[in-house]
This record gives sequence, structure tokens and C-alpha cells, in this order.
Amino acid sequence: MSEQKAQVKRISAAKTMKKIMAEHFHRVDEASRDPGKKVAWCTSVGPAELLQGFGFEVYYPENHAAMLGATRKATDYIPYANAAGYSPDICSYLTADVGAYLQGYTPLQDAYGIQSVPKPDVLVYNTNQCRDVQDWFMWYGRHWNVPCLGIETHRNVGPVSEAHVDSITRQLQHLAEQLEPIAGHKLDMDLFRQSVGLSRRCSELWEQVLLTGSARPSALTFFDGTIHMGPAVVLRGLPVAVEYYQQLLAELQQRVESGEGAIEGERHRLYWEGMPVWGRLRALGELFLSLRTCVVASTYCNSWIFNQLDPDDPFRSMARAYTELFIVRSDPVKEDYIADMCQRYQVDGIVYHDAKTCPNNTNSRYAMPQRLEQRTGKPYLILSGDLNDLRCWSDEQARTSIEAFVEQLEQG
Amino acid sequence: MSFFAGVDVGSSAAKAVVIDDQARELGRGLSPSGADLSGSARRCFAAACRQAGIAEAEVERIVACGFGRDNVDFAHQRRTEIDCHARGAYHHLPRAITVVDIGGQDNKVIRIDENGRRLNFTMNRKCAAGTGAFLEEVALRLKVPLDKLAELAGQATDPSVRIGSFCTVFAMTEILSRIRAGVRVEDLARAALESVARRVLEVQSISGQVVATGGVMAHQPLMREILSQQLQAEVFVPPHAQYVGALGAALVGRR
Ligand code: SF4
Repeated sequence: MSEQKAQVKRISAAKTMKKIMAEHFHRVDEASRDPGKKVAWCTSVGPAELLQGFGFEVYYPENHAAMLGATRKATDYIPYANAAGYSPDICSYLTADVGAYLQGYTPLQDAYGIQSVPKPDVLVYNTNQCRDVQDWFMWYGRHWNVPCLGIETHRNVGPVSEAHVDSITRQLQHLAEQLEPIAGHKLDMDLFRQSVGLSRRCSELWEQVLLTGSARPSALTFFDGTIHMGPAVVLRGLPVAVEYYQQLLAELQQRVESGEGAIEGERHRLYWEGMPVWGRLRALGELFLSLRTCVVASTYCNSWIFNQLDPDDPFRSMARAYTELFIVRSDPVKEDYIADMCQRYQVDGIVYHDAKTCPNNTNSRYAMPQRLEQRTGKPYLILSGDLNDLRCWSDEQARTSIEAFVEQLEQG
Repeated sequence: MSFFAGVDVGSSAAKAVVIDDQARELGRGLSPSGADLSGSARRCFAAACRQAGIAEAEVERIVACGFGRDNVDFAHQRRTEIDCHARGAYHHLPRAITVVDIGGQDNKVIRIDENGRRLNFTMNRKCAAGTGAFLEEVALRLKVPLDKLAELAGQATDPSVRIGSFCTVFAMTEILSRIRAGVRVEDLARAALESVARRVLEVQSISGQVVATGGVMAHQPLMREILSQQLQAEVFVPPHAQYVGALGAALVGRR
């Protein structure tokens, strides 16, 4: 292990990202106070493009909950939601977000001077990721007495059939009908198509950004990715996200061309499967850096690639994009995907994050690591932790596990 | 002649081993970890040098491992205890083995191939179950000194007595209710050791030759037999099982 202190490399596009994210939060905040505008809350892989087609300003609570995690406030607020009946074993996005709300806190105060989360006119979820988002949105729905609508997606899907896509398409069309009276007008098909087209463009660029991780040395780390995916989540469907990823991609391609790695002297390359540990992004980034090990790719960052979106067939292509998602799929499909990623990114091993409160993004509980090790020959490490609840995380044990794993890779 | 030392600062004790360039163990030292990890590391290192009959300055390279490895400010190098236990165990039994280390606050299972290459490892992370901390708690409840637990367990007569809970607090409640029901302390002591072995069994599938290391193995001689029964495998406990990590660290220094 190298004891030399190296610095995490900065990405200069980050400045632009900060700016456009701040504008987003101010826009939604203003809309929530403007009687002429409407705000919709949407899950991170929910039907954002449809909401934009209705002219809603869209706000994403998961992004907010991740901010609570990244600012290490989540663990302070989770207990208040636990006390209100939401178990410490369920989604710590939900519990952190609801707990913070109950205590009158939002990280938007410190970051942007915004006093509270924007009051919605409607809450729209898609259970493609989990049931927790539905429960989470229903809590706010009851609290504010606003409608809570959603798409109930199939789970553990093997091959996606036309029957799957048909049913989700119909649900999306029905959702559009339900949204009409709330928006006060019909869906603007042009706007909807435009949003789907921009979302597709954003997703293609984001994919290109992530692919710079396949270069040797990798141009970016998973930890960079978790920060820079912000616009792909909350600004997709808007021109600003496309512009942003053009800028970021140019910067990273420059790195690739000049052979500059995100990690100086990259020795090992890893794949990260599972949620980030938001409160430890920096610490983990620095630890891997000190070990000259680059986490070059992840399922998580790649989950916001929706290249199926097609402005000429907006409903059906959305249904397909949001059903073909990794998180919705069966283990064999997931394993094919990870095996393919390992090859594409030439990784030496896989790190699974077993997130205590998110079984949906945890894939180490049904012997997948063992199966994939047998199939790919790549060793694995399972880290016990959580996305937001640092009560489930041990710095010491994580560090020892990661260092021991890298020592193992060093045997060659 | 050159000398090398390994210092393993664990959660309950700091251990040091001094070896020569033939990998012969010349001295060992131990000091409770306490709150001053760096002081404990120094003390056990000094003791090991004394036993080896050499001056501290004669040690060419010192390698630290264990949870307090960063506190060993006089070390030249640091490795994880996973790596060091693997090396130490393989040194004692150079063939394909599974190392089971039961320490004060964690346990680990490490698989090694016939060439000494580490294939994988798993640590229990979440709680005291399956660790020395669990046994300390049991000894406290049964009001027996920790080092008498195995002796007591040796006199158990009722194999049907079991402690089933994962959680140490639940397990203590179980023990108290058994005591109330008149179950013998000897049977409970054995059940506690069996519970530790079963937690190890759950960590990962184990087959072939097992080498068991760590303080629990060193202090509870009956553990070898119990572990062997539970794992259905041959269990070898190296001499000075508590020092295997420190020995491994010294071997890293010798390379
Ligand atoms: S997928 Fe996991 S982290 Fe995301 S909302 Fe659902 S339970 Fe929470």
C-alpha cells in the first residue's frame, strides 16, 4: 500500500454543474410559490418526461435524500422517521427525508438558502425501483393532501416481452389522463416529444461520459460519477443537461486522449455494484486513490441510461426504457449485464455494497457474487453498509476489507 | 543475521513476534490493547525483542497489522490482518487451507491455495456474535472467569442445550432464562462455544483442512474439538495461535 498522499483530481465542469443544479432548485422553489405554476415530485426513474410534457417543474426527493446523506445529516434525522413508525430496516432515503421534514430541515437551506422542500401539486412514482418510493410519496400525499399517482411496474423481469411493455404503456396513458385535471390542461404532445428526445440525448451523452472509464487509465472514478450524474437524474429532458454533458464529455475525452487517469498510477480496476455510501464518498474516494485502485464503473451510475427513448413513440418507448432497467430485472439478466460490464471495463474485481436498508439495490444476498466469480473468474468483496444510515457502517472494517482486497489483487 | 518483527494490534491485545532470516520465531510479546494503542504496541515489541535476546535497533524491518496498525508509529510498513493471518497460518501448514481466525471483535475466514495465494476472505462485521466479545459477555453472565469457560464446557453433559440467537443481547436473555429453568452452567458454557463455532460456519462454505487462529482458539482449548465438529473438518491450531497475525506480519517484513 502506498502511504504517499495523493490528491483527488478535480473535474472543472463541476463548476457548471453546481450552477445548473442551483438554478434547478431555485426554479422549483419559485414554482412552488407561484400560483401560476405547478410542481410535480417524481421518483428518480419515474415518468419525468411525461410530467415535463404537462409543463410541471419536476422535483426529485431521492436526490434530496442523497444530499442529506452526502452532507452527513441523514443519520441525525432518520431516528425521527423511525419514531413515527418507519422502521430503521426500510429505505434510509425515505427515513432521512421524512425525518428531516418532520424536524423542519432541508440541506437546500445550507446549499441554496431555500427554506423548505417545494410543496407539490402532485406526487408521481414508479415502483420499478421499489415499493418504498410509493410509501414515501404517500406520506407526503397524506401530509399535504395532494394526489399521489403512479406506475406499478413488474418486478424480477427476465426477457422484457411486448406484454410487459403494453401494460406499462397503458398505465402511462392512464396517468396522462389523471394528470390533466391537475395540470389544468391537456398534455402538450410537442413538449412531451421534445422532452423525450432531450432525455434520450442526455442519456447518450451520459453513457459516453461513463465510457471514458473504460480507457486505461480510466478518466473518471465511480465517486466522480455519483456526483456528476446529478443532471442525468434531475435535469434529463431539459436542454441544460445536454449542454452540461457535452462539456463534461469534452473534458474527459481530453483526459483519455492525453492518457491522463483519474487516479495517478492506476494499478487495479474495480466494478462497484450497489448504492453509493453517500456519507463516505470522499473518504472512500481517497482510500481507493491511496491504493492506486480505480473504481471504473458501476451499475448505479449506468442506471440513468435510457437509450430506448424515442420521441416518435414517446409513451411506448418510455414504457420500455423504464422497464428494461437493471433494477427491475431477474438475477440471470443482471448477471449477464455485470459480466458484460466487467469485460467492457476490464475490471480486476467486483465490490458489492450490501446496503442494509435497500434490498432493491443490493445484489449480494442471493449468491450472485459467488455465481459471478465462478463465471468471470473475478474475485469479489462484499461491503456491509448503507446508502444513508451511517449507523450501519464501520469505517474501520470497510477500510480493512478494501485494503485486504487490494492486497489480494496484488498477488497477481 | 537479520531480524524482522511483526506487531499485530488487535482490539483486545497487541502481539509482537520477532523472527530471523530463516523465519524462526525467536521471541513473542503481548500487551493488552487498552486505550493507548501505540504504547501497547511498543510494550509488546519490547517484550518480544527481550525474549529474542536482541536489541530493538537490531530489527531490520517492522510490519504492523491489526485494527490499531496505524498507531504503530515505529513500523516500516502496514498490512491488513487478513493478509498477515493468511501468511502466518500458511507458514505453519503450507498447503491449501482455510484459515478461521476468531478474534476479540471479529472473525474471518480466509481461503488459501496450495501456493499460499489468497483466494478470498470474509469477515463477520456486524456484531459481536461469533467473536471473543460474545464469550466475554457469556463468562460475565455465568460469573466464571473467561479462561475457565472451556474447562467448564468440558464438563457439559447435555448436548441438547443450545443458544440460538444471533444477537448477543438476545443470547444473554436466552442464557438467563435457561439458568432460571435450572440448566447447568457447564452445559451453557459449551453451548456458548458451539454458538461461536456456528457463527463461523455461516460466514462461508468451508471444506478441507482448517487452520484456526486467534485469541479465542488460544484460550479455549475445547474450541478446536467443537469447531471441528461443527465445520465437519479437520482443525489444526498452530502453536501460539494468538500470535499468528504478528508472525505473518514479520514474514511480510522478511520478504
Ligand atoms: S431503490 Fe432503495 S434507495 Fe432507492 S428509494 Fe427504493 S429502497 Fe430507497
